[in-house]
Amino acid sequence: MARLALIGNPNVGKSVLFGCLTGSYVTVSNYPGTTVEVSRGMLHMGGSKHQVIDTPGLYSIYPITEEERVALRILTDGRPDVIVQVVDAKNLERMLPLTFQLMEFAIPLVVVLNMIDEAEQNGIEIDSGKLSQMLGVPVVATTAITGQGVDQLLDSIQALMPSSSASRVETIALPPFSDSQMRAWHKRARELARQVMRKTDTRRGLSRLDRVLISPVTGMPVLAAVVYVGLYLFVGVLGAGVVVDLLEGAFKDYLNPLIERMTAAAIPWQTLRGLFAGEYGILTLGVRYAVAIIMPIVAFYFFAFALIEDSGYLPRLGFLLDRAFKKIGLSGRAIIPMVLGLGCVSMATMVTRTLPTRRERIIATLLLALCIPCAAQTGVIMGLLAVRPHVLAAWACIILSLFMAVGMLSAKILPGARPTFLIEIPPMRVPQMKNVLVKTGARVAWYFKEVVPLFALASALIWLGQVTGAFDLIVRIMSAPLAVMGLPPQAATAFLFGFFRRDYGAAGLYDLNQQGVFTGNQLLIAAVVLTLFLPCITQFIITIKERGWKIGIALSLFILLFSFCIGVILNGALIVTHLHL
Amino acid sequence: MNLSEPAEEILEALWIAYEETNTKRLKLSALRVIPEIGVLLELIDAGIITHAHGDDAVTITERGLIEARDAIRRHRLSERLLTDILLVKRELIHETACQFEHHLHKGVDTNICTLLGHPKVCPHGRPIPPGECCEEGLSMTLPAVSPLAKLKPGDGGWVAYLHTTDPRRAQMLISMGVVPGVDITLLAGFPSFLFQIGEGQFAVDQQIAEQIYVRLQR
Repeated sequence: MARLALIGNPNVGKSVLFGCLTGSYVTVSNYPGTTVEVSRGMLHMGGSKHQVIDTPGLYSIYPITEEERVALRILTDGRPDVIVQVVDAKNLERMLPLTFQLMEFAIPLVVVLNMIDEAEQNGIEIDSGKLSQMLGVPVVATTAITGQGVDQLLDSIQALMPSSSASRVETIALPPFSDSQMRAWHKRARELARQVMRKTDTRRGLSRLDRVLISPVTGMPVLAAVVYVGLYLFVGVLGAGVVVDLLEGAFKDYLNPLIERMTAAAIPWQTLRGLFAGEYGILTLGVRYAVAIIMPIVAFYFFAFALIEDSGYLPRLGFLLDRAFKKIGLSGRAIIPMVLGLGCVSMATMVTRTLPTRRERIIATLLLALCIPCAAQTGVIMGLLAVRPHVLAAWACIILSLFMAVGMLSAKILPGARPTFLIEIPPMRVPQMKNVLVKTGARVAWYFKEVVPLFALASALIWLGQVTGAFDLIVRIMSAPLAVMGLPPQAATAFLFGFFRRDYGAAGLYDLNQQGVFTGNQLLIAAVVLTLFLPCITQFIITIKERGWKIGIALSLFILLFSFCIGVILNGALIVTHLHL
Repeated sequence: MNLSEPAEEILEALWIAYEETNTKRLKLSALRVIPEIGVLLELIDAGIITHAHGDDAVTITERGLIEARDAIRRHRLSERLLTDILLVKRELIHETACQFEHHLHKGVDTNICTLLGHPKVCPHGRPIPPGECCEEGLSMTLPAVSPLAKLKPGDGGWVAYLHTTDPRRAQMLISMGVVPGVDITLLAGFPSFLFQIGEGQFAVDQQIAEQIYVRLQR
């Protein structure tokens, strides 16, 4: 079985091509740095199977960011049999230096001129035959998104496949980074491009839409509109409101009674029945939370987010907000993990590897874990506080202020240089509905696989605790710190859920609130503390994987302590000011 | 003051030695060029160095330091001018600059410095001592070379050089294709900087935009 590695600059369409070759989906978006991990899939060709490896984008074989390092490792350690370099045909000149660098690996190479349709629209003509001749490697023009040219690519790959007897060079010494070598490569690229490329149109410049998006005067209102329509109306009102109510109603009126009846018939033992149905049953509580509350909110958010990311809006937002992000020790680049974090903090923590320095990665990880509520949680909190708009406003102000304060403080405390902002801005594109739907589906599925077992586990543990009496003990122990924050002892269950996932905790608040155990003040305190709380076990594991044990545990302890302290302070402030929300 | 061409050469060699050792007492054997006795006498007469009998080192005076600094500034500015504007081949720059700088009298260096957008390093990467014009940030209506940050949207030219002290950042820019010689156009300058190279567009912050020097084309 031979291995093909898809290598190339960021945002050239490697993942789309991966889908074409293997038939399996990996996330595709319109900004550099969508792919941060290696994906593998199978290519069936001429009766044999080959492995295709999708890699994060890299600008050169001298990596700067983590995800570039991941891609390079595939070449240095993995030694694939064939390298498929994917190139944005519009930017041939800028991408050829990487071709020369890849040739240093002494691995059979094929160059794919992708997005050839966009190049043609821009009045660019490329003589791929001549280019192939001059480079000495096969060159194929494709439009991966429509599948055009993929057959020719397969032919070229087939011709490059090594015979089993061929001896392979196992290690090669890469030339060290040098300014003059890089210049020489770029000069050669310019000369080569001049000979094979014809441009008839003028250059891209700024479109009218771009002007609107990146100028603060018009860009900020656009941002506000996107947040209002996309987040508030679509996810909040429609997803978290209408759809959640519908599904909750379905559970309460039809499904839960049905489950109760079925378990009653199937399981004679009352205590065991409680594991599946009942107040904390896996089916009546765990699955209900996951399916009726979390799923619609998450699905609606990811749908809106997919539309935004496929349009190419996010890097432009980075341009607009870089100055503000510098104040919290980050650059405009961090906008992508932060906005993704509003969907799922765990996914976003993985994406922080696109940030260039360790300092930025730590600050981003902390802010994501502490101050960015994921879609499920935001949705539940909005649903919870919708009837008390002033509490919702207070919650939003407090979280936003803490976000800024913690960011500014960590930017002061953590050593290291100011971050620099440098990002490639892709053209704005019309999102393809198919990709938006498939991506949303894939993300919701991923989310579900993470969430449902945890919900089931939490339900099972609580059931076990109830059976053994440990649950009451824990609730009693927790009532003391809760009382310091001015919260009633019943809130303990919500916080107990919160240890599994903080959105689960918020969902617990939702239930408790419907029983009317909270005053306005208590609701605010509980919502704020649970927003700041440890995100979830998945996020914890990913943080440890990305940042290491020490930082993972230090961050968690800090978050636990910090959220508790803010709860105490908030309670104190409300008492002193005699405010009753 | 008018020194001879060889004397000016020695003056620069003294500055380089002073830059490297940061002491005013400089060994003659450590200089880039071994001075002839006549040149040494010329420098002593001009009050630039003092020399004790039998010593193998000279001491550069306060006045000498000022003169040497100006001389090296003229030399390195000449090198920049020859590289960025007159497109003289790299190998010939030093030689040509030695002859060229000699004719840059007071005031002319200010104009050249302003024309070049107050460069901070010579083409070999050595620092150009800043003049008054750099501190005042003088600008011309039509400078020839300017940091990207000073351009107006729509202005463009080609990348003359990158001036960054951070090798990682230089590597980042070069990898992305911001290399000397490529065409570049500024598209927007607020709140960050947006520029175009080929069909690609990049957003950078002020700090990076100040480090990309552009040879303007109109």
